[in-house]
Amino acid sequence: MDRYQGGGVVTEGWELVIGLEVHCELRTETKLFCGCRNLFGDEPNSNVCPVCLGLPGSLPVLNQRAVELAMAIGTALHCDIRPSTFHRKNYFYPDQAKDYQISQYDEPINVDGWLDLPDGFRVRVERAHLEEDTGKTTHAGASGRIHGADYSLVDYNRSGVPLVEIVSAPDMRTAVQARAYATELRAILIASGASDGKMEEGSMRVDANVSVRRSTDATFGTRCEIKNLNSVRSLGRAIDYEAQRQVALLESGGVVEQQTRHWDEGTGRTETLRSKEEAYDYRYFREPDLVPVVPDAEWKAAVADTLGLMPAQRRARLVELLSGGNGAGGNDGDGDGDGELRVDQIATVVDLGLDDLVVGAVAAGVPATLALARTANEAATDAEAARRLDGSSYVALLTLEASGSLSATQAKVVLGDLLLAGGGDPAMLAKEKGFEAMSADSLVETVGQAVAAEPDAWARYCDGEDKLAQVFVGKVMKATRGQANGKAVVAELQRLRG
Amino acid sequence: MTEHPGRITREDVAHVARLARLRLTDDELDLYTGQLGVILDHAADVASLDLDGVAPTAHAMAVTNVLRSDTPRPGLDRDEVLAAAPEVEQHRFRVPRILGEAP
Amino acid sequence: MSEASSVAELATAVRNGTRSASEVLEAHLAEIDESEPSIHAFNLVTGDEARRQAAAVDAVVASGGDPGLLAGVPVALKDNLCTRGIPTTCSSRILEGWLPPYDATVVTRLREAGAVMVGKTNMDEFAMGSSTETSATGPTRNPCDLSRVPGGSSGGSAAAVAAGFAPLALGSDTGGSIRQPAALCGVVGMKPTYGTVSRYGLVAFASSLDQIGPFAGSVADAALCFDVIGGHDEADSTSLNRPSPRLLSVIDDGVEGMTIGVLTEFLDGADPVIAERTRMAAEALASAGARVEEVSVPEVALALSAYYLIAPAEASSNLARYDGVRFGLRVDAEDTVAMNTATRSAGFGAEVKRRIMLGTYALSAGYMDAYYGKALRVRTLIIEGFSRAYQRCDVLLGPTTPTTAFPLGAKVGDPMTMYLSDVCTIPTNLAGHPAISVPFGTDDGGLPVGVQLLAPALAESTLVRVAAVVEAAAPGWTGTRGVGS
Repeated sequence: MDRYQGGGVVTEGWELVIGLEVHCELRTETKLFCGCRNLFGDEPNSNVCPVCLGLPGSLPVLNQRAVELAMAIGTALHCDIRPSTFHRKNYFYPDQAKDYQISQYDEPINVDGWLDLPDGFRVRVERAHLEEDTGKTTHAGASGRIHGADYSLVDYNRSGVPLVEIVSAPDMRTAVQARAYATELRAILIASGASDGKMEEGSMRVDANVSVRRSTDATFGTRCEIKNLNSVRSLGRAIDYEAQRQVALLESGGVVEQQTRHWDEGTGRTETLRSKEEAYDYRYFREPDLVPVVPDAEWKAAVADTLGLMPAQRRARLVELLSGGNGAGGNDGDGDGDGELRVDQIATVVDLGLDDLVVGAVAAGVPATLALARTANEAATDAEAARRLDGSSYVALLTLEASGSLSATQAKVVLGDLLLAGGGDPAMLAKEKGFEAMSADSLVETVGQAVAAEPDAWARYCDGEDKLAQVFVGKVMKATRGQANGKAVVAELQRLRG
Repeated sequence: MTEHPGRITREDVAHVARLARLRLTDDELDLYTGQLGVILDHAADVASLDLDGVAPTAHAMAVTNVLRSDTPRPGLDRDEVLAAAPEVEQHRFRVPRILGEAP
Repeated sequence: MSEASSVAELATAVRNGTRSASEVLEAHLAEIDESEPSIHAFNLVTGDEARRQAAAVDAVVASGGDPGLLAGVPVALKDNLCTRGIPTTCSSRILEGWLPPYDATVVTRLREAGAVMVGKTNMDEFAMGSSTETSATGPTRNPCDLSRVPGGSSGGSAAAVAAGFAPLALGSDTGGSIRQPAALCGVVGMKPTYGTVSRYGLVAFASSLDQIGPFAGSVADAALCFDVIGGHDEADSTSLNRPSPRLLSVIDDGVEGMTIGVLTEFLDGADPVIAERTRMAAEALASAGARVEEVSVPEVALALSAYYLIAPAEASSNLARYDGVRFGLRVDAEDTVAMNTATRSAGFGAEVKRRIMLGTYALSAGYMDAYYGKALRVRTLIIEGFSRAYQRCDVLLGPTTPTTAFPLGAKVGDPMTMYLSDVCTIPTNLAGHPAISVPFGTDDGGLPVGVQLLAPALAESTLVRVAAVVEAAAPGWTGTRGVGS
């Protein structure tokens, strides 16, 4: 079972070595070192102050919430949460307001953790440290890119936004693992409340350190750092491309140069960045304007207490429900294909934070497969509304559907209304829409008409081709505009067949 | 005694000037190489000490956990901010071409 | 304003309506008009703004309110303290025309106490210098002898108080930049414990060493000023969260029972006349009931070298932001690197460039451990050395400077010689401790001599008690200096 498409292809005789550096923007109200709002989609340079503009005389003051979110990430990743300090990383760049970045260096707040992939593979996390984001540069000119631009424009709304950089050990050996790591880490960041994990919007940025070595080599090869990965899919593609590039280079007698390469989604290639800059020498030294952060046991415990269940635990909880441990699981068609579907549904529900809806519904007696399917397929289309949805309304709706009082189609329509309103009485809503369960007589009559209209299919169905039941179900549904209950139709067909 | 770094060279001075975004004329390079050499010679009393057992002091006052609540405060008026800028376009700070990506 | 009076008396007179803030201000502005052209203490005299502030103080008094502890007291501000809407240049071309959009915390506190700000004082560029000669606006002259330097880097503030332009001035002290010019100009200058006065709005030179402090005509005036500007500030993470200082109330408590250590290392390098003045001050303290003994802190010999690695290292980073992008000077060029380079090369003077390069070198790959790393360890040794001395002594005594005011131009071509002017003041900054320079007579040529008192962290109250006794014993002391004209 491979939920992660692509990847994992390594040329015979070679081993791929991958470490990931993930930057995530923290969901705080304000920036890391000043009281400006952590909102950078606003009008340019509207959320700025002397501190995040790097004006002379300004001084940073650390945001407690940012520290606690960093500790939450550390806790979720099983890190040792340590006394930590800040350093200055010195380099000139126009989006860097002070021309240095305040970052944790040799004493990061979180060290030595790990993340277990869903298949059980453990990736070590070396560190997860706090640092500030830069402003945003846009390039004016035909290309809209840095190369060939006539000039550039800088907006400092993002300057000073809190980031946590999570650095894995080079433990991954396939693009599949790298994708699984990024996916799982994203779920953890969301679940811990630290980040919204939106890769497309840049609130989670993944850089990959990729190297290859002959399977017999004891030491790692020279690595390249790949940037500009805007989705988990690009991460997998870029790693596979880069692995093949490096293997081809080495097999043809070349050497891999340590360099930063950009992934180009359009061409499907990684490209080196020609830079006229001198080699960087960051001249790290302790930030004299800030003091150490020393979390005591009490503080760490308080942060740990705010953490809910992590995605792995929450998925396990749903798997447990579906395995029918409480008898409510149902067992209609539990083939391999359904198993795979369930895994995807569980992942979706957990990613979107809707698993409590499922758990609540099952506890109230709704069959687990139904609760999971409605949540993953329908409620998930408006996850934000679903998270706010009154759980008792949801249970009432699913109970109506499970009992056959509402058809699946009707239930979905009513759910849409519930999501819009944030709750309500599903029975009332169904009645207003004229969704009455069909009377038994009318069902028998409609099924009879369907059978009469398809004599060939009926004959084959009677000969044992069970799947042809769907032909009749479809006709009945069409005739009743979805009001019929599919299970009731099948029951009637079976009764007619005798 | 630990080893004392060698005397600063003209090339060293040219290198740090580049790192610090300063342009020096040839005469200035000579002048600064000499002056920095004298200052660093004086600093040899520190540079040559064996201080492995001594902890560094970055802050004179040992304070920890100075934190701010995550409460928004009004920032600066944008017009005032941009009025101070050498060049502005579309409410952003305008800079000439950037030749290299950020590190 | 014929008779001299203390700042406290002046403020009291304004608060109870016997004198108006406007009248006090006009007398000082007249003094500035008269003598400023020959001294150049200010980069900018803010007469209109000061008149508005003085009128506001008088209005508060007229309406029965209390404008505060410094009601109507004119104050001069070093030009590295941010003042909203008023140019703040650090005496550098690179900040020409910049109007800060905010006030430094100390500026806010002065205003809230009713002080009237008369102008921004000249300084060595970005506070890097010991003579105020590295200023882009030209040197300040010593009011005691116009052919000589006022010291630096806060030379304009020291000169402003010495010339009677303002009874109080603020400076910043990174390696002696308050105490050294105070000594050379014959006024009191105090560097408080690191963290007792907020640095928010002080344009940074070396962040772990910089501290704002007062210049005044007397120890009592300096103490009152410290009481107003000191105290916790949430905008500065290194600001100590302690009750606000109240030095003025203890200043007359005397030195009976205290032990004063005369720091032999400082005496050894000083001019004989300065050493002699220092011994006289020690004798005065003994007469006032203190035990006086000689003390050696050999580690201070390493302070100058450590300082000239640490301060430039921090400065090289603090001064990176002057890049021509967001504020201040820009010199146009083809691309951003070239623009940054052209701007900085044109905007910074020679001393600033020298220190930026020195600091960049001290932090750069391959030299970091040998230079910056070692210097931080030396800092530990110096703190330990002082700590030993303070087990026996309450306060240490020594000269503030090795020489009295030197002629303009005498040292400007030789950086190392200039740096040696701060040899007695630098150790305190590395330790983060408080120290004060008190005028103590003159040399044979009539130039002021300053003696320095040093105390452990947060022992400002002990420090000013001792300083008041020294001051009272100083040759020629008549009660106040500089105030009242």
